[in-house]
Amino acid sequence: MMPLLTLIVFTPLMAALMLLAIPREQVRALRRAAFVFSLVPFALSVGLLFAFDAAKGELQWTERAAWIPRYGIHYLLGVDGISLFLVVLTTFLMPIVFLQAWDVEKRVKEYLVLLLVMETGMLGALLATDLFLFYVFWELMLIPMYFLIGIWGGEHRIYAAIKLVLYTMAGSLLMLVAIIYLAIAHQQQIGQYSFAWEHLLQLRLSPEVQKLLFAAFALAFAIKVPMFPLHTWLPDAHTEAPTGGSVILAAILLKMGTYGFLRFAIPLFPEIAVDAMPVVAALAVIGIIYGALVCMVQPDLKRLVAYSSVSHLGFVMLGMAALNLQGVQGSLYQMLNHGLSTGGLFLAVGALYERRHTRLIAEFGGLWARLPVYGAFFLVVMLSSVGLPGLNGFVGEFLILLGAFGRFPLAAVLGTIGVILGAVYLLWMFQRVMFGPLSNPQNASLKDLSPREIAMFAPLVVLFLFMGLYPKPLLVRMEPAVRVTLERVESRVRQASASCGEEAVCVAEGGRPR
Amino acid sequence: MHEVQPAVVVENVTFLWWIPLLPALGVLFHIFLGRRVGKTAVSVVGPSVVAAAFIVSLVAFIRVWLGPPGLVLQQVLWSWLPVGSLDVRFALQVDALSAVMILVVTGVGFLIHLYSVVYMHDDPGYARYFAYLNLFTVAMLVLVMADNLLLLFVGWEGVGLCSYLLIGFWYDNDANASAGKKAFIVNRVGDAAFLVGIFWLFWSFGPGSHTFSFSEIAERGRQLSPAVVTGVTLLLFVGATGKSAQLPLYVWLPDAMAGPTPVSALIHAATMVTAGVYMIARLHALYELAPISLDVVATVGALTAVFAATIGLVQTDIKKVLAYSTISQLGYMFLAVGVGAFSAGIFHLLTHAFFKALLFLGSGSVIHAMGGEQDIRKMGGLRRYLPVTYATFLVGTLAIAGVPGFAGFFSKDMILARAYAEAPMLWGLALVGAGLTAFYMFRLFFLVFLGECRADAHTRAHLHESPRTMTIPLVVLAVLSVVGGYVGLPEFLAWGDRFSAFLAPAVGGSAHAGGHPHLALEVALMGASVFVALAGIAVAYRFYIQAPQTPQQLAARWRRAYQLLWNKYYVDELYAALFVRPIVQLAHVLWRQFDVAVVDGAVNGAGGVVQETGRWLRRWQTGNVQHYALSLLVGTLLLLGYFLGRG
Repeated sequence: MMPLLTLIVFTPLMAALMLLAIPREQVRALRRAAFVFSLVPFALSVGLLFAFDAAKGELQWTERAAWIPRYGIHYLLGVDGISLFLVVLTTFLMPIVFLQAWDVEKRVKEYLVLLLVMETGMLGALLATDLFLFYVFWELMLIPMYFLIGIWGGEHRIYAAIKLVLYTMAGSLLMLVAIIYLAIAHQQQIGQYSFAWEHLLQLRLSPEVQKLLFAAFALAFAIKVPMFPLHTWLPDAHTEAPTGGSVILAAILLKMGTYGFLRFAIPLFPEIAVDAMPVVAALAVIGIIYGALVCMVQPDLKRLVAYSSVSHLGFVMLGMAALNLQGVQGSLYQMLNHGLSTGGLFLAVGALYERRHTRLIAEFGGLWARLPVYGAFFLVVMLSSVGLPGLNGFVGEFLILLGAFGRFPLAAVLGTIGVILGAVYLLWMFQRVMFGPLSNPQNASLKDLSPREIAMFAPLVVLFLFMGLYPKPLLVRMEPAVRVTLERVESRVRQASASCGEEAVCVAEGGRPR
Repeated sequence: MHEVQPAVVVENVTFLWWIPLLPALGVLFHIFLGRRVGKTAVSVVGPSVVAAAFIVSLVAFIRVWLGPPGLVLQQVLWSWLPVGSLDVRFALQVDALSAVMILVVTGVGFLIHLYSVVYMHDDPGYARYFAYLNLFTVAMLVLVMADNLLLLFVGWEGVGLCSYLLIGFWYDNDANASAGKKAFIVNRVGDAAFLVGIFWLFWSFGPGSHTFSFSEIAERGRQLSPAVVTGVTLLLFVGATGKSAQLPLYVWLPDAMAGPTPVSALIHAATMVTAGVYMIARLHALYELAPISLDVVATVGALTAVFAATIGLVQTDIKKVLAYSTISQLGYMFLAVGVGAFSAGIFHLLTHAFFKALLFLGSGSVIHAMGGEQDIRKMGGLRRYLPVTYATFLVGTLAIAGVPGFAGFFSKDMILARAYAEAPMLWGLALVGAGLTAFYMFRLFFLVFLGECRADAHTRAHLHESPRTMTIPLVVLAVLSVVGGYVGLPEFLAWGDRFSAFLAPAVGGSAHAGGHPHLALEVALMGASVFVALAGIAVAYRFYIQAPQTPQQLAARWRRAYQLLWNKYYVDELYAALFVRPIVQLAHVLWRQFDVAVVDGAVNGAGGVVQETGRWLRRWQTGNVQHYALSLLVGTLLLLGYFLGRG
């Protein structure tokens, strides 16, 4: 069988190496090459989409190679319905980010190379099923982002970059410890070291140990998501990052946190995870409402969009905390939605920044008169983020809140209030930027979108409509893997509670606490 | 009494999707070609696609009409949300209720599109306007053709979006943009409750697949506990108070008048705002299981009818008067469905669509002639200049006032008769409202069309009747505002109530569940409503024609009451003080005091500690890299040791 996943993961890195061969002065060639190269992993992952067996809930297209066998470290890749669309989201967005990179003038070659390296890191982290390998990719993502912000960022870029790294390192080091511990526990229980996800799922750990290990994983992921109150690195990182960095950060890096919960923290430590879910749900709801409220009063467009991520990722976590089919699938769907709509919002803000070199809302107003095409795209992106039915955002939010209502009715009701606030801050922002009189003379000569920029937004709008009106092809591919995950959690919890003699908590479908 | 539940006959057809698809094609045309092909092409395509949808709707209507009772045309397009037991389809249906609605939406909609061709002709956003208007038609058609509650919600929010875009159509004025935003957000408050209702419904249904189809909801609703049904129906009703501008969420509709006048006619009078009434009629089976909810619906409706009418008494903006009258008339529709007279509610929805669209388009014609002036104190005597507008507006005013022979009379009378039988108190309120309506509508009519012209010389010199494309829709709607009422006569007259008979399979035979009142009682009730209508007109005549100084005198004598009404009971100010300002303040506090000061303060503080430690560590380290690597290693080992020690 063709090593399809390996190809997907490493073609960006290959591209990066090839880019190194192009002289740095040939900016046009560099940009074109990066864009064209980035289409390769996209094409491959579209191939994966068709080759993917929709009925299967377990990992497929698995690849295996020994790496450091002495310590049970292997090169393991695999894909299932949980990671499939996140991979496609990544490879889909990268060409758009490279189109956007035409706006980058400074140290173009390094910028493009770093983006490609980061793409390999992200795809690797999504497809790795060996926890050591996962950790390597996880850290590989961070380093390019540090440079992206630190070199191409805004005024306070150094502060933002260091804050990002320290926050993330604080979490991920603890996770590394937990990963190593798991491998050692595997050696103690089974007789050999293993970092393989499928092996570690079989471990039986005492509740106390599980609690600590879950906490370590959860902290690393919660920082990445970011969950309230660990979110304050995000507004700085987003605001200071260059547009392309913001898009990737919002669209994909944040998903690593939510993906990590669903792939690792919950299935590896199900008993504790189930107990922790009320807390997760509570923090998620706080994040939804808090993020939305703080959004309302932001004077800086980019910071506003950044805080909106806190709110939207709250929805993702709320759905996951429900641990039922609707909630978790909604959560997974919302990961994609957030990637597309918030990525789109950052592109929209970036397009304005390129024209005016300011992000302050007060500097704009009445832009629709000058930029009707831009306005139309911005409107659709904004509405997708608002969760307008018929577009993608609604499907995710609806499933999340529906699922959450079955387990945490109060949290779901409060989350629904967040839906109102979502409309408030986005519509208000849109009004202040696009509507009203064109009062600022500096905006009077702005140019509407170029064909290249239209090519960035148009695919997003097509996907918004497709995913809003016909989500079935995605949902049916996600469902088996989500079902397997939930059944795994359920059976472990049932075993555990059977031994404790407690009433089992039903977590799969129809999973209301009785 | 026997509750007739006619058997439902589902027939699968393949043409229904053309009804929303045709205007959708119009949207695409305007977006992609509109600016290139020019105004003429846009002005042909915009109304034509709606006319075509009307013809297809007519086919659907005739098939339902001539088909067996209870015929439902259905077209399943695709599976929309399949997740576990959730199995929502993208499916359209047309039964008697939907058939009436699609005719209203495409029929009245077409007339308003036609009217817009001239009304909006000089606007630079011509293609954008027709794109929005066609898109609205699509969303409204999805709303009334959806075969399930979730797809209805898609249309429900879709029309809200178009309303937002069209209210703020002239976006360069901040007030317009704010009005659009207010409409969307107030509606979202209602929609949030609506969503919670859907969630509750889902988790209350037992195992099995959940399509949220209306037939399934009717079927399974019977197994729900009364508390759940009451809770769910009340939550859905909160959604309806948003969309249909009832107490306490009506506040957006008066502001919505900032949009172009044809938009007010189409969206904020004839179609969108009636969606809440439609929704309750559509879910009548569920609401009939929740008597408390029905009482709430009826009471809110009756109160809104009177409340909005009182504000309408003193408004001086021609469109604001009509806006409050719309809120008030919607109140009558909710009163109707609340007392179980679903077909009467839909009947009033139908006649109201005719006469209120007529009144709005007539006011547009007036505003057009007056060069944009909307203050009725500056009008007067327009009869001479605008004969067609005058005559048709008079028909509309007579219809809304409930003068016998006009459409509004029959539908309002049907509601009042049922209200009397079910809830005499609410009947009393509704009767008062009817008198107020007759008064303020004739006040408007007298001030605009009769008496002396109070416009300045410049405006007067330019006064002119509107062109044909605008007056033809007025004439058609005027005719409908008369004949539209004759489909639902009182039972004792001529062919009786054909309308309710047609709707019965869709909204239940309960229109006559209470049996007919005695003929004498029915005639007496009718006499009472005719009396208050005529009394209202007489008082208006006295105040504004015979003794024009009376209103000022009254306003001076009852200054407080007048101020209260003039300021619309200060509800907007109340909401600003209770919700808007506290939330914004809270947001500021959370951001400045909590996010920046507390959380980031802690993080930066921790960073400071690290830096200090680093300086201290640097005494024995040569460089930063080693320092990081070492602390990383030491920390990791320590933790590992700790874990292993425990495990």
